[in-house]
Amino acid sequence: MSVFKPIIELRDVRKSFGTFEALKGINATIEEGEFFSLLGPSGCGKTTLLRMIAGFEPPTGGDIIIDGKSMDGISANRRPTNMVFQSYAIFPHLSVADNVGYGLKTKKLPKAEIKREVDKALSMVDLVGYGNRAAHELSGGQRQRVALARALVMRPKVILLDEPLSALDKKLRDQMQMELRDLQKTLGITFILVTHDQEEALIMSDRIAVMFEGQIAQLATPEELYRRPATKRVASFIGVMNFLDAAATSHDAAGLTLDIAALGKVTLPASAIPPNVHPSQITKVGIRPEMLTLLFDHDDRAEKEITGEVVSSDYYGDMTYYSVQLPQLASPVTISMRNTAGRSIAAPGSPVRVGWGTESVVLFE
Amino acid sequence: MTRGLSRESRQGLTLIGLPFGFALIMLAAPLAMVITFSFWTQNYLDIDRTLTLANYQEVFSQPIYQTLLWRSLRISVIVTVVTVVLAFPIAYYLSFHVKRNKALWLFLITVPFWTSYLLRVFLWKVILGYNGVLNTALLEIGLIREPLTFILYNANAVVLTLAHAWAPFAILPIFVALEKIDRSLLEAAEDLGDGPFRRFWRITFPLAIPGVVAATLIVLIPTVGDFITPRLVGGTDGLMIANMIQIQFGKANNAPLGAALAVTSMVVVALISIAIYLVGRKIGGRVAR
Repeated sequence: MSVFKPIIELRDVRKSFGTFEALKGINATIEEGEFFSLLGPSGCGKTTLLRMIAGFEPPTGGDIIIDGKSMDGISANRRPTNMVFQSYAIFPHLSVADNVGYGLKTKKLPKAEIKREVDKALSMVDLVGYGNRAAHELSGGQRQRVALARALVMRPKVILLDEPLSALDKKLRDQMQMELRDLQKTLGITFILVTHDQEEALIMSDRIAVMFEGQIAQLATPEELYRRPATKRVASFIGVMNFLDAAATSHDAAGLTLDIAALGKVTLPASAIPPNVHPSQITKVGIRPEMLTLLFDHDDRAEKEITGEVVSSDYYGDMTYYSVQLPQLASPVTISMRNTAGRSIAAPGSPVRVGWGTESVVLFE
Repeated sequence: MTRGLSRESRQGLTLIGLPFGFALIMLAAPLAMVITFSFWTQNYLDIDRTLTLANYQEVFSQPIYQTLLWRSLRISVIVTVVTVVLAFPIAYYLSFHVKRNKALWLFLITVPFWTSYLLRVFLWKVILGYNGVLNTALLEIGLIREPLTFILYNANAVVLTLAHAWAPFAILPIFVALEKIDRSLLEAAEDLGDGPFRRFWRITFPLAIPGVVAATLIVLIPTVGDFITPRLVGGTDGLMIANMIQIQFGKANNAPLGAALAVTSMVVVALISIAIYLVGRKIGGRVAR
C-alpha cells in the first residue's frame, strides 16, 4: 500500500435489532485495492456489517462512506459494491451466462458486449465454455465461481464476500483461497471477506478486523495480529495460545522483569513492551506453541529451559502437538514441533526439556 | 412367487393396498362406468348395450352442447384468471410482508370453508340480488337510481361466486411457491442493480410459476364442471355444461348422452391442463425441482 486511498470509511456505525445491539460503533477505514477481512465468531456482527456495506440493512447510527460518498439512504442496487453470497444465490432458472450477465442486462448494455464481458468474466474464474450450463448442473465449487464472476463482471469498487468458502471441502477451499487472493491482487479490486475461519483470514488478508460482540477488538495485519494480539481474547481466537499467570516484579529503563508461573523470572527489553500494555496490570502472559521447543538429546539452543513431562501428543503429519505438564501449573501447555527428518516423537510419560526465551512471551493490555 | 418379494416391497404393498382398493372402487370404477355408458344408448328405461358412437355424434352435431361447452370453458378460464390474478398479491403479501403469525393468516384464509359451498353460493344471491345487500346499499347512498340487474343471474355472477369460492385453493400453492424462493436470490438481484419492479419480473415471478400453474389447474379443472353455482346464480345464460349433464342423467333420462358429454368435457379439460402444464414447464423450465 504505497498510496493510501480510503475506499470505505465506517464512522461509528451502529445497528440494533430491537433491544439487541448487533454493532456498537464500528470505526474503520478500508483502503483501495486491499484484501480486508472481518473475522469473528458467529454472532459477532461481521455479517451484519457486511450487509450494511452492501445496503441490505440500514444502519441505526453512524455513516458508511464508499468512494467518498455517504451511503445513507442509497439502496443496494445503487451502490458500487457487489456481493458473493454465502449460499451463492445462483438464479436457478437462468443459465450460467445469464447469471453472470444479469447485472449487465440491468445496465442495458448491448447483447454483444454482454456476451463479451460474460466470457471474459468466466475465463477469469476458469469456467470457459460453461455459459450454457443450467445452474443445477454445477458443483459447489463451480457455483462459487459463477457467483464470483457475476460480481466481477460488474467491475465494482468493492467486492463483498460473505463466508464464500465455508460450504466447500477442505482441499477445494485451500485452492479457492489461493485463487481468490491471486485474482484480487491481479485485478486490484478491494475485497472485503467475512469469515469465522482464522486460518483463512490470515492466509488471504492484507488486514484483518477481529470482531467480538459488535465491536472491533483489533484491526491489524495478519502478522501483527498473530504476534501481538491486543487482548487475551484475540490471542486465543487467532491460533493456539498458552496462557500463564505472571506478574511484573520490576519495571525500569533496562526493561520489564516478569515472574511467570512455572517458567520463572525473565527480563523483557523495553522495546518489547507494546504501548497499550500497563506493566502493573499484567496478570497473564501468552506463549505460542511454536515458541516453546522440546529440546531433543543434543539440542542446546534455547535461551532458557525448564523440565516437564509429556502428557499426550497429537500427530498431524508435518507437525506434532504435545501437551506438556510443567511443574506448578494447573494444566499442561501446548507445544508444537515440526516433524523434521530423524526427529522421533516423544512418548507420553517421558520427561522432556522445554526451551523458551524472552521473545516467546506475548503481553496483553 | 412370494419369495421373490423382499420384506420391504411386501410391506409397501400392504400399506398401499387399502388406499389403492379405495381409489379403484371410488375413482376408477365410476370413471369406467361413465365411459362405458357413453357408448350405449337409452330408450326411456331400457339400456341398449350395443356399442355405438351415436352419443358422440349428437354431442358434436348439436350446437347447444358446443355452446354450453364453450361457455363453460370461457367462464372457467375467466374465473381462473380472476382468481389467480387476485390470489397472487395476497400470497405475495403473506409470504413477503407478514413476519409474524403466518399460520394465523393462513388459517383466516380458510374461514370461508367453515360454511358449506351451497350456503356461500346462497350468500352471494343475498348480496347480489335485486333487493340484495349491494343494490340496497347503493340505492341508499344514492349512487344508483334503480337496482342493478347485470350482477345476478348471468355469467358475471357465476364468475364472481366461483372466484370467491376457489380463492384459497389459488392462494395456497402460490404462497408455497413464493415461500420456497431463497431470499438471498432477491438480494442478489438487487445487489446486481435491479429495482423492486425489475427484480419481481426477473426473479420472483419466474420462480413462482410452478405455484401459478398449480393454482391455475386447481381452479380451472373443477370450475369447468361446476353445476351448483351456475344453477343458483347463473340464470339462463349462465348455465354450463355440467347443468346439461345433470339434466341428461335426470329429467331427460338419457344417461348415455350425459356420459358422452361428461367424457367429452373431461377430455377437453385434460388437453387444456396438459397444455398449461407444458407451457408452465417451458417458462419455468430451467428450475431444478
